[in-house]
Amino acid sequence: MIVARTGNEAMAEAMRQINPDVVAAYPITPATEIVQLFSKFVNDGLVDTEFVPVESEHSACSACVGASASGARVMTSTSSQGLALMHEILFIAAGLRLPITICLVNRSLSSPINIHCDHSDTMASRDAGWLQIYTENAQEAYDTTIQLVKIAEQALLPGIASTDAFIISHGMERVELIDDKEVPKFLGERKLNYSLLDVDNPITLGPLDLQDYFFEHKRSEIDAMDNVLPIIEKVQKEFGDKFGRYYPIVDEYKMDDAEVAILVMGSTGGTAKVTVERMREKGKKVGLVRARVYRPFPKDAMTKALSKPKVVGVMDRSDTMSTLGGHLYNDARSILYKSDKQPLMKNYIYGLGGRDISIEEIEAIYGQLFDIQKSGEVDKDVVYFGVRGE
Amino acid sequence: MKKEKEGWKDLPIGLVLGAATCLNFETGDWRSEKPIWDSEKCTHCLLCWIYCPDSSIIVKDGKVQGIDYKYCKGCGICAEECPPKVKAITMVREEK
Repeated sequence: MIVARTGNEAMAEAMRQINPDVVAAYPITPATEIVQLFSKFVNDGLVDTEFVPVESEHSACSACVGASASGARVMTSTSSQGLALMHEILFIAAGLRLPITICLVNRSLSSPINIHCDHSDTMASRDAGWLQIYTENAQEAYDTTIQLVKIAEQALLPGIASTDAFIISHGMERVELIDDKEVPKFLGERKLNYSLLDVDNPITLGPLDLQDYFFEHKRSEIDAMDNVLPIIEKVQKEFGDKFGRYYPIVDEYKMDDAEVAILVMGSTGGTAKVTVERMREKGKKVGLVRARVYRPFPKDAMTKALSKPKVVGVMDRSDTMSTLGGHLYNDARSILYKSDKQPLMKNYIYGLGGRDISIEEIEAIYGQLFDIQKSGEVDKDVVYFGVRGE
Repeated sequence: MKKEKEGWKDLPIGLVLGAATCLNFETGDWRSEKPIWDSEKCTHCLLCWIYCPDSSIIVKDGKVQGIDYKYCKGCGICAEECPPKVKAITMVREEK
């Protein structure tokens, strides 16, 4: 069925069709709508979900941990400060290997207070042991939400599917919905080999774990991250075979003969694709790489993609505050350390606090990348693009 | 001989352990002071049993039988809570 939906509406529809056992959530702009719409589905009897309207995101994530440990399929939604308030529980969910799914809207972290898009919220939680998939539009947000539930349950890892604040979350788009009956069929039942509620086989969950075993448990968690990419690929393929929409781990656009390329995440991927098309019409050999799966970082696919062009401009909608530039830039540089096909690389920090990025601006970045290709030199590794006073 | 500890591949996924694993963790060796229970003075009010944080007061049929030194950490709460007129528990320095 083809409908008009905002990103938030699309994610809420996905949650309705997934029909999770438990949703515990607290509202926060710009993700409020997702759980607001979902609570209406609960009220209207369209889902069987136990909806827990908690008093904070810390409690939301904690309730999700308890529910997931009991064997339930659990989802929540948040943004920015809400994710920051969940922070300590994020690590607990991952350490306990609980496949909770968060429908997240990327919004700047305070201060200054701001409700618009950048990626500083999820980037600040990138080491928590959660899968992170950044989407480009409402359709991908909807599809990824459904895929991620299955990926998380197979990998026994929690995951975040995210959209860009307002740009995707509140932008109305054409979205193809899957038939209501097909989504539960695609997901199947959550299988688990233990349950907190099985009184005949009592277990201890989350015990104190000191010098003698903590390291082994962490190593096992790292191993799950090491092995999740094939699971993501498999679920993406199953999804494509069934519903006709295929997604890659790393989204490459016109990269085969690209001389210069941009690496980007989220909705800017869409803007950059239009830019690529316009420049290609003028005969410019430009390409685009979009990091869809960011955690774990898909080093092989990314190395392959980034080894093709001579120059790569990495666009980060967040800064590491380490003087080393953005998050994506640091990961991308790191994986190319041993590559014999290192492109010249420049980092563009852009769009903080929701500052718009236009096709013309991205065209200007491509222009600078061509200049770098010509001179063979990167004058400045990290630049702040679109900020006044530079 | 001590049992070899498992490598990470042999552990159950997700920090799941069997139940009541604290029984394998004998906390009695943490003790620097040891509670001595006097069966003559004890009135079996069970305050020590209620307050003991390590379930180390052994009780049978409503009567105190003694102290489980395998798990007693020597915190002294039992001696503190034993009513002043009874004083059936005294703490003495652990000597080895």
